Amino acid sequence: MPMDNQDQMPSRPPLWNDPDKRALIFQVIVLAAVFAFFAYIFSNTLHNLEKRGISTGFDFLNNEAGFGILMSLIPYDETYTFGRTFLVGLLNTLLVSFLGIILATILGFIIGVARLSNNWLIAKIATVYIETFRNIPLLLQILFWYFAMLPLLPHPRQSVNFSDAFFLNSRGLYLPAPVFESAFLWVLIALFVAIIAVVFLVRWAHKRQAATGQPFHTFWVSLAILVTLPAVAYVVTGMPLNWNLPELKGFNFRGGMTIIPELAALLLALSIYTAAFIAEIVRSGIQAVSHGQTEAAYALGLRPAKTLQLVIIPQAMRVIIPQLTSQYLNLTKNSSLAAAVGYPDLVAVFAGTTLNQTGQAVEIIFMTMMVYLTISLLISLFMNWYNNKMALVER
Amino acid sequence: MNHKAVISATALAAAMTFSTASHAGATLDAVKEKGHVQCGVTTGLAGFSQSNDKGVWTGIDVDMCRAVAAAVFGDAGKVKFTPLTAKERFTALQSGEIDMLSRNTTWTLTRDSNLGLNFAGVNYYDGQGFLVSKDLGVKSATELDGAAICIQAGTTTELNLADYFRSKGMKYTPITFDRSEETIKAFEAGRCDVLTSDQSQLYALRIQLAKPESAIVLPEVVSKEPLGPVVRNGDEDWFKIVRWSLSAMLNAEELGISSANIDDLKESSTNPNVRRLIGLEGIKGQGLGLPDDWAYSIVKQVGNYSEVFERNVGKGSALGISRGLNALWADGGIQYAPPIR
Repeated sequence: MPMDNQDQMPSRPPLWNDPDKRALIFQVIVLAAVFAFFAYIFSNTLHNLEKRGISTGFDFLNNEAGFGILMSLIPYDETYTFGRTFLVGLLNTLLVSFLGIILATILGFIIGVARLSNNWLIAKIATVYIETFRNIPLLLQILFWYFAMLPLLPHPRQSVNFSDAFFLNSRGLYLPAPVFESAFLWVLIALFVAIIAVVFLVRWAHKRQAATGQPFHTFWVSLAILVTLPAVAYVVTGMPLNWNLPELKGFNFRGGMTIIPELAALLLALSIYTAAFIAEIVRSGIQAVSHGQTEAAYALGLRPAKTLQLVIIPQAMRVIIPQLTSQYLNLTKNSSLAAAVGYPDLVAVFAGTTLNQTGQAVEIIFMTMMVYLTISLLISLFMNWYNNKMALVER
Repeated sequence: MNHKAVISATALAAAMTFSTASHAGATLDAVKEKGHVQCGVTTGLAGFSQSNDKGVWTGIDVDMCRAVAAAVFGDAGKVKFTPLTAKERFTALQSGEIDMLSRNTTWTLTRDSNLGLNFAGVNYYDGQGFLVSKDLGVKSATELDGAAICIQAGTTTELNLADYFRSKGMKYTPITFDRSEETIKAFEAGRCDVLTSDQSQLYALRIQLAKPESAIVLPEVVSKEPLGPVVRNGDEDWFKIVRWSLSAMLNAEELGISSANIDDLKESSTNPNVRRLIGLEGIKGQGLGLPDDWAYSIVKQVGNYSEVFERNVGKGSALGISRGLNALWADGGIQYAPPIR
């Protein structure tokens, strides 16, 4: 009988004897304590700031900044707000980090492979490079590139002139700036079409090689497509691209684009420094692939270059990528040393000048920390995704 | 360096987070307990605050700190210095890392009202000017359209510069450094055409150039820069000690009291103003919570305002700046101190 059954069931244990419920209760208590702790910190901070007559809140972001910034990727002048200086600094940080990651990766792979070269000289040069740049503090390297390069560059009036379009002087490298007309859109569309065509071509070539064993000159044909299609579009639409040339007016060059020496020095130092670490990671990744793989590839008749490209690197990547992530994070965070040479990154502009002009230390440091946290997490996410893609697929 | 600024700012955040309210007079008690005044100064600016190879600090701002130490302890040596960049200075003061800031800091409304600071007076009246290389052939600041300009970060200079060029409808490229060393190095390397700062600083930086005569200071003064010692808001007792230390030096000059003659005057003077300053009669240091001979110690050990000025930035120094606005009101300047009585 069901009734009898129920009578024989053991009575429910009290809450503190039920492990599941007990765990839940403790978790709620801990969570509440953590919340209470942060609420206390928050209210105490506000109270103390108010008591000392330091204003709080984020209203200052709407006030006029009133100071100039050396380099901005978006329109900016003194009449914009402090909120805008945040964006200007953020974009400058992203720019130098992005370029730095690309340069450091390319340089790091070349040096890493070179270190394993059978050529004694090349291998030794790579070793010296790594041991030198890895072991000198980054800040000194940044200052070195900046203050060692500057005196070598001429005054604007004695600029090094390349065919009246490129000028190099102590104010930077001046380049012609492209001015796009509306018809230039067609060239971009042509380029886009070319890229899609190349993707299909590569897939087709792979399938054909898998089916028939015949190789296809994918690289050269792709290059031809990528160049020809946009070029034809460019000519057909009547060359809708002009160049704004820099010219000397008064003290300095006006017009065109400028690569400022601060950016160059910072980028150089960050890339060279991080490349030394990446080179070691690449070396360790390649050495982690057992030598039997190389011998097997040679036995199948693959040339050394093809062996590296098709056998070694794909396997080495599994070791390399996770470590590469932390180097990318380091480079991004190290870019905050920019202030030493006057490059207007987030720390120099926002956590520097803006902080000093407004005095809102707590808010500004909070925002700046959040930015670096967010950038770092995004890089991590992306690299984890890439790592999963490259990881060994077990069948 | 910049990371120190971040550390200071983080320390401020932490201090604001955990500290509980402080009572008035807390700074004086804390200073007495630790036995020295912790004073924020520049990382090195000739005439204002500079340390030599033995680590001895000199300068007009340094003497301001030493005057406060003399008033509190009767010993001008009981002061320790914290070198700060322009960006770090307010955070260091707000977070309690230093007791007072004496770092050629301009008194402005924002700083006085929004940052939790109190300006205790003006020990140097300055104005912003421009330093240019002679080769440029520029005679006036109005010819500077399009110039690249080196500045120090976090100063009123950055704002004045923007205002000046905007009002004249001229363009400029700002190159902003953390420390004056890097600013002058970049100027010397030709990164910028112009270096802008307070005029006194320009003279100080000029003598650091390899060839000082290769650069000139333009005649234009584009701003008012009253520089003075700063303390935290909320401790009026300490604020008054700093303010009256400065006043004592100015009053001493006005009364003709100097470190050389103060002992004689102590014996012989019958002038009640002099006797009050020396601490022989009147209210003395009582209300300030200081010893009776507080002003005597300042003048005896540090000197009167004229001695301090001439020794550091005036005739007796490499800078050779004339008194100008910084002369006493009676001599055509605007330095004026409330009387000690």
